[in-house]
Amino acid sequence: MSSNTKKKPKIAVFKFASCDGCQLSLLDAEEELLDVVGAVDLAYFPEASRNMAKGPYDIGLVEGSITTHHDAEQIQHIRRQCRMLVTIGACATAGGIQALRNWKDVNEFVRYVYASPDYIHTLKMSTPVAEHVPVDFELRGCPINKLQLVELVAATIAGRRPNIPTYSVCLECKRRGNVCIAVAQGAVCVGPLTQAGCGAICPAFGRGCYGCYGPMETPNATSLADWFEQTGKSNAEIVRTFRLFNAWSWQFRQVSEERERK
Amino acid sequence: MSGNGSKAANTIKVDVLARVEGEGALLVRFKGNRVEEVKLKIPEPPRLFESFLRGRHASEAPDITARICGICPVAYQMSAVHAIERIVGVKPDPMVRLLRRLLYCGEYIESHALHVYMLHAPDFLGYQDVIEMARDHRTAVEDALRLKKIGNNLMSILGGREIHPVAVALGGFYRVPSKREMGAIVEDLKWALEASIKTVKLVASFPMPEFEQDYEFVAVSHPDEYPLNEGRIVSNKGLDIDAAEYEDRFFEQHVKHANALHSQLRERGSYMVGPLARFNLHFAKLTPAARQAASDAGLNVPCLNPFKSIVVRAVELVFACEEALRLIAGYEPPPAPRAEFDYRAGTGHAATEAPRGLLYHRYIIDEHGIITGVKIVAPTSQNQKRIEDDLWRFVPQLAGQPIDRMTWACEQAIRNYDPCISCATHFLKLEIRKD
Repeated sequence: MSSNTKKKPKIAVFKFASCDGCQLSLLDAEEELLDVVGAVDLAYFPEASRNMAKGPYDIGLVEGSITTHHDAEQIQHIRRQCRMLVTIGACATAGGIQALRNWKDVNEFVRYVYASPDYIHTLKMSTPVAEHVPVDFELRGCPINKLQLVELVAATIAGRRPNIPTYSVCLECKRRGNVCIAVAQGAVCVGPLTQAGCGAICPAFGRGCYGCYGPMETPNATSLADWFEQTGKSNAEIVRTFRLFNAWSWQFRQVSEERERK
Repeated sequence: MSGNGSKAANTIKVDVLARVEGEGALLVRFKGNRVEEVKLKIPEPPRLFESFLRGRHASEAPDITARICGICPVAYQMSAVHAIERIVGVKPDPMVRLLRRLLYCGEYIESHALHVYMLHAPDFLGYQDVIEMARDHRTAVEDALRLKKIGNNLMSILGGREIHPVAVALGGFYRVPSKREMGAIVEDLKWALEASIKTVKLVASFPMPEFEQDYEFVAVSHPDEYPLNEGRIVSNKGLDIDAAEYEDRFFEQHVKHANALHSQLRERGSYMVGPLARFNLHFAKLTPAARQAASDAGLNVPCLNPFKSIVVRAVELVFACEEALRLIAGYEPPPAPRAEFDYRAGTGHAATEAPRGLLYHRYIIDEHGIITGVKIVAPTSQNQKRIEDDLWRFVPQLAGQPIDRMTWACEQAIRNYDPCISCATHFLKLEIRKD
């Protein structure tokens, strides 16, 4: 997907441990795709093209968490190649669902799945990219919102800060006209702690937010965990609630560990 | 990180195989036209879903297993809910059953449109990617994007969003759409049906490599429907089992070069799952326009050329659009979005048809609904051995061609299977060595 125009910013997309869903969001931006492609040089995007141009790149989009020695070395190399490095999604930003291993014995995990555990080389922890190299921007979500991705790319080209809100899902619920399901139905909802961006889909679909966009700016997670307890939830349930796709983000990690100690 | 690496006189090394989902590599060694080694390498790091699902609640399984694959999350949600519902003994409302089938149709449209146009078609026409292809075939690519978007929209109406939908629950859905919401997509689906028929014509006109194999095709089988959600597991060579017997008849081999397990049929070896398997086993159950499009394209049963899977995928696009329209016409919102039930201890199995083939799940849960054991066999781990077997036989046919032509042809042969390495684990690195 290289282009002849020199001035277009060169974009590269890299993948580590992940489901492919966040980079798929780029191809899912059907209406915007051909425009985006016109405005940038998608220099390295193996999911879409056999053409793979060498770095350096202007923007590197990184999907996935770091779970192997090889990947830990690769991300250092990638950082040096990218003027701006952006993580896309919960795996790259917070370690992803595979970070559930971080509280367990990874060797036992490997033995459970593979007949010959010796063939498998994996790290004890699944960690976010920012634990390895400086990151310029983190795009949240499991998966990311494709319109936020387009906004991020457009803002970068224009040399402005992307307009990505850091308030909670509650504001999106209000804007959408959802009745609060935590209050009205007693649903376990982590919307009050979770960064907006999805459009409050889960409450609109009759279930509590499960926090796939990760912690908002300055969340009070301990207080919400206490509220869950007052409404009759067990500690095990509360721990599970915070240990999902953003389990290893420090705000969610802290409260799940507090609860586990109780 | 560099795409195409060093190129010695008789060695081609491609670090990353493009246009597949996940990270993979291929090594082929040959002398003259004799192949000496074929290894489909899967270096994608293991994420260990089966391990960390233990201790989670059964109600979380559809949300968590969806994250195995961003391209076919619905397949994971469906295999999970069916397996667990078999344990707790819940029978979903007929309209819930209809909506699940409809959600699967949305995923087929999205996934097949992506693979047919954006990942596979460029191989047949000699383009590096769909963007390059769009310069010469702008209208076809715009239609493809619209087709894909309609699949995504159908998934969003039912599931809230197209990647990792949120509405799927044990016993049904967290919320079901109104008839009016559903009606809004009918005109689009009618357009999509026509566009899919055009797609069959287009891809059937592509130059096809001559290559046929004696495959064992394995797919789910339902008495009167083209298989998506339910049925036994059958093959063209006499296999006919319940999902509960799957692990007695299939086994997984752990090979050193792949972080994905190779699945094989006991005493029989490799087999194929996916569009070609479904088409060959269940042609008669396709919708009328899909059957018509197939016969107009000269596609006969059995189709034994894996390169023609692109045509079969297009036929399944026709099917998915036509079936979606039929389902929407018969939809009435159910009295409750989901059935109530009590958890009980037990083991449950299910197989459903992901766009790229049969997806098997097994769960063991306790009386509180806590998961204590899991087994998941993804379509690509089932096809992986078969892909290697194809290459053993396909590479000699390429003897004498320049090495970069051979490399591309091998990549194309791998993409016949629409491999999802994120599912199987992660992606392909391609390397051909001539000794």
